[in-house]
Amino acid sequence: MSVTRPRGGGIIAFTFFMALLLTILPLPEWAGPYRPSWVVLVLIYWCMALPTRVGVGVGWLMGLLLDLINGVLLGQHALALAVVAYLATLLHQRIRVFPVWQQALTVLVLVGLSQMLVLWVLGVTGAVPRSWDYWLPSLTSMLLWPWVFVILRDVRRRFGVQ
Amino acid sequence: MRLILLIVLSVVLMTMDHRLAQMAHVRSALSLVLAPVQYLVNFPVVAGRWFTEGLSTRRDLIAENANLKAEQLLLRAQVQKLEALESENRRLRELLHSGSRILSERVLIAELLAVDADPFTHQIVLNKGSRDGAFKGQPLLDSQGVMGQVVEVGPITSRALLITDASHAIPVQVNRNGIRAVALGTGAIDRLELAHVPDTADIRPGDLLITSGLGGRFPPGYPVGTVAEVTHDPGQAYALITARPSARLDRSREVLLVWPRMQTAPVEAETGTAPEERESGPDGAGGSGEPAPEGSG
Repeated sequence: MSVTRPRGGGIIAFTFFMALLLTILPLPEWAGPYRPSWVVLVLIYWCMALPTRVGVGVGWLMGLLLDLINGVLLGQHALALAVVAYLATLLHQRIRVFPVWQQALTVLVLVGLSQMLVLWVLGVTGAVPRSWDYWLPSLTSMLLWPWVFVILRDVRRRFGVQ
Repeated sequence: MRLILLIVLSVVLMTMDHRLAQMAHVRSALSLVLAPVQYLVNFPVVAGRWFTEGLSTRRDLIAENANLKAEQLLLRAQVQKLEALESENRRLRELLHSGSRILSERVLIAELLAVDADPFTHQIVLNKGSRDGAFKGQPLLDSQGVMGQVVEVGPITSRALLITDASHAIPVQVNRNGIRAVALGTGAIDRLELAHVPDTADIRPGDLLITSGLGGRFPPGYPVGTVAEVTHDPGQAYALITARPSARLDRSREVLLVWPRMQTAPVEAETGTAPEERESGPDGAGGSGEPAPEGSG
């Protein structure tokens, strides 16, 4: 394998930035609980596509930003996203060859796992959400994965991010 | 291994954030990094409003102007009455040898940034920060009543907790007869609960709840909510009382940051740590200004 020089770090940063924007974009009241975990979706994609560049460290950093922007306890999303990034890089060779619906199921599991880790932290600090709506982001993330995947893949190819 | 290291780091960070007050400075510094993102998300809303204002017809503007003039006239008339009442109140208090209560507080208009936080916590982001003099624990009002208090101050933005958040409590008083209680947030945007009210207390649906000012954090006399429902369950030690917040918590865009000046507060609230101590023991203390008439009904 020839030496590939890292390129397009700005593009990766930009996609994470867009994900953060989408995370705090105002939605109508009823749609709030359905908001997918954009940052986790983008993180899973880059961990899968470029595991040598985006991994646990980037996941942790994005989690920290997510904590800040949501105004929650510092470190809870950082913890969850670091674990998700670890698993995604570990499984990247399998996820890559899955058909897209199977990838979506993997995304469901990974986003669900991140939510469960956050839920544990919330439980320890005594701020447990009482409704089952809490788990809706996992479902919407799964349903949106095919589109996120296609868009990010096209972005990666167009700009030659490697 | 890096994962283990980062997990440990996260746990340490969470513990520090949960326990140490100094972390507030770190958060406030870090919030500066994210302020551009918040302003950027807010931009389409601002642009949309600018367009609708720019494109509204002359007739609409004239009608709005007329409306505003009428409203101003009405409010002026009420203020005149209020001024007379205030001076009368001061005279009567002087006669009774009790210190006069200052009715006017310094306020600053802040605007919400159109930013959605976690749907399970009731927080809002404001476009004023420590640069404008906002401080942690500062009360927040809208035109209808109390909205909440500032919990996190950055240089150019700040974050406020609404009174309906499940972790929020505010000392209140029934306007009709002065019964004191603590209104707890429930996590639902249109519901407050009164905690530890005895079954025999004279509280009825429709009663107006106002801030009692006893916690030392909220200025006294602002409307908090109206009692919606009173349930007496023989199996419970206390009456179950729910109230509807007066402030338009999910609709207001302009809010007022208040610098309270209370006669019971010995110092101006400036530091972030002092209000914590004064918050403890909201009941019992400071009975000097409260007549608490029990049998007025």
